[in-house]
Amino acid sequence: MTIKLGVPSKGRLMDKTFDWFEERGLTLKKTGSEREYSGAVEGIDGVELVLLSAGEIPRELTAGRIHLGVTGSDLVREKVPSWETRVTELAGMGFGGADLIIAVPTSWVDVETLDDLDAAAAQFRRTHGYRMRIATKYHRLVREFLREHGVADYQLVDSQGATEGTVRNETAEAVADITSTGETLRANNLKILSDSLVHSSQATLFKSRSADWSNEDRLVLGQLEDLLGI
Amino acid sequence: MTGLIQANAEARRIRALFEAQGAQIVETDILQPAETLLDLYGEDIRARAYVTYDGLRGEMMLRPDFTVPVVQWHMETNAEPARYTYSGKVFRMQEDDTSRPNEYVQVGYEVFDGKAPNHADAEVFTLISKALEGLPVRAATGDLGILMAAVRGLSTTEARKAALLRHIWRPRRFRALLDRFGGKTPVPASRTALLASDDPFKGIDTSHGVRTRVEVEARIDALREDAAAAPIASEQIALLDEILSLRETSPNVLSHLRDIAVDMPSIGAAVQRFSQRLEALSKAGIDVDALDFEGNFGRTTLEYYDGFVFGFYADKRPDLPPVASGGRYDALTHVLGRGRAVPAVGGVIRPELVLALRDTL
Repeated sequence: MTIKLGVPSKGRLMDKTFDWFEERGLTLKKTGSEREYSGAVEGIDGVELVLLSAGEIPRELTAGRIHLGVTGSDLVREKVPSWETRVTELAGMGFGGADLIIAVPTSWVDVETLDDLDAAAAQFRRTHGYRMRIATKYHRLVREFLREHGVADYQLVDSQGATEGTVRNETAEAVADITSTGETLRANNLKILSDSLVHSSQATLFKSRSADWSNEDRLVLGQLEDLLGI
Repeated sequence: MTGLIQANAEARRIRALFEAQGAQIVETDILQPAETLLDLYGEDIRARAYVTYDGLRGEMMLRPDFTVPVVQWHMETNAEPARYTYSGKVFRMQEDDTSRPNEYVQVGYEVFDGKAPNHADAEVFTLISKALEGLPVRAATGDLGILMAAVRGLSTTEARKAALLRHIWRPRRFRALLDRFGGKTPVPASRTALLASDDPFKGIDTSHGVRTRVEVEARIDALREDAAAAPIASEQIALLDEILSLRETSPNVLSHLRDIAVDMPSIGAAVQRFSQRLEALSKAGIDVDALDFEGNFGRTTLEYYDGFVFGFYADKRPDLPPVASGGRYDALTHVLGRGRAVPAVGGVIRPELVLALRDTL
């Protein structure tokens, strides 16, 4: 048997992942033509490379169809219920960093903290007759964060892209989104609440708890961990 | 499947007890409009209920409880007093604990009767207690009405009281607000700066968004009022804490609450109702001397309870959810009745858990 290692199949995330392994003496390679999603791992025996969309890696890890996988720590927390019981974090890889935060219009000069957001949400619902809308694609993370902090009278509206534009378009009052520099937020007249860091995300190497781990696989994993220094 | 056949047989046995008390059987749809439930419970319900979609009707939910559709049904028919019973499955997502079932049977009993609320409370509790007779369960009770009366009686601004009442069901935020209003947590620097500013809108485009500049200004005014108000006295906060930390048998709690009421007269009427309820329970044959009361009970549920609350727990199975639970939800009828409120109290039993406990006897 071999260990299946799932890594993102394209873009910067793939390049950075390849670099990260390369620095540690392992060469990941796409095989066949450029468009074909198959690969190889050189420098260790018994590890097979599987190229996948970063968004599918959490699901594949949870289902146990891959043993190891590289994806954003935000995606695992968002897509996998009780993620700690299904996967383990082996190593933060130090790239792909971004923060999931909550932002409101700069014109809300009275709102700087979650405490303010909650009070503004109560006022908004009283005034407009519906719950304040927060646009996001991170439903689970944001809902759990706001519940933990006791923010009420809001609703999440789904936004899979161009989330910062929803406030101007009046389809939402606030946003919860990933940002690295905050530039897009500022360009859209939005500001980050001071205590609203929902999750600080980075590319992470995960291990599946539900994959089939034979004794042989465990030996290979041990070797791999030694090589990677984790 | 045999489990479900037995559970339904047990459900019919319990429902027959409720019918014998004069309850009318009601049936509700399994698919409920999501909007009503979301409006009532907020986003949290999405983590608990299954949501599905219909091109014409929009989002629908597999019923997470019976209370809401039963209240709606009652509001339409409007005959009072009314007693209802029902049995059927409810559906709850269990993402945190997959060992818990995501669909299970509930048998319920709901009373809409404003004439003698304390007797109605006692009636529901006693009936459920009788249906569970002989099982190794222990009851815990509470009364959110006492806590709410205590908040309403604080010597502080109406805005602060409203903020605290809004978060009765969110203990962490409630505590944070209390610390802020009591002067224990310092005012955030951003707020001090805002209130000191002559023109907080200087250089800021305020032409976008549904929440207008007028609304922002109204909240700044409210913040100014709040900043000018004196902190809530530490003695009053200590009394609130005393109520929240009560954890004794009911008669002890009653005498304790009467002591507190001397310094906090606003809870007098609620304590009187508590006392009358104990009398009614005692008359109905409940051993109130052994009945546990917890000041914090019922604050972490999704429900809308605002008075008497109770739960029955398996003695030696702390892993099991409550076998039965219920309480008074006058505020819910107020919201669903669009301003028309009907005093209401009810409770549910989970027959599958009853059977599981009976097997251990």
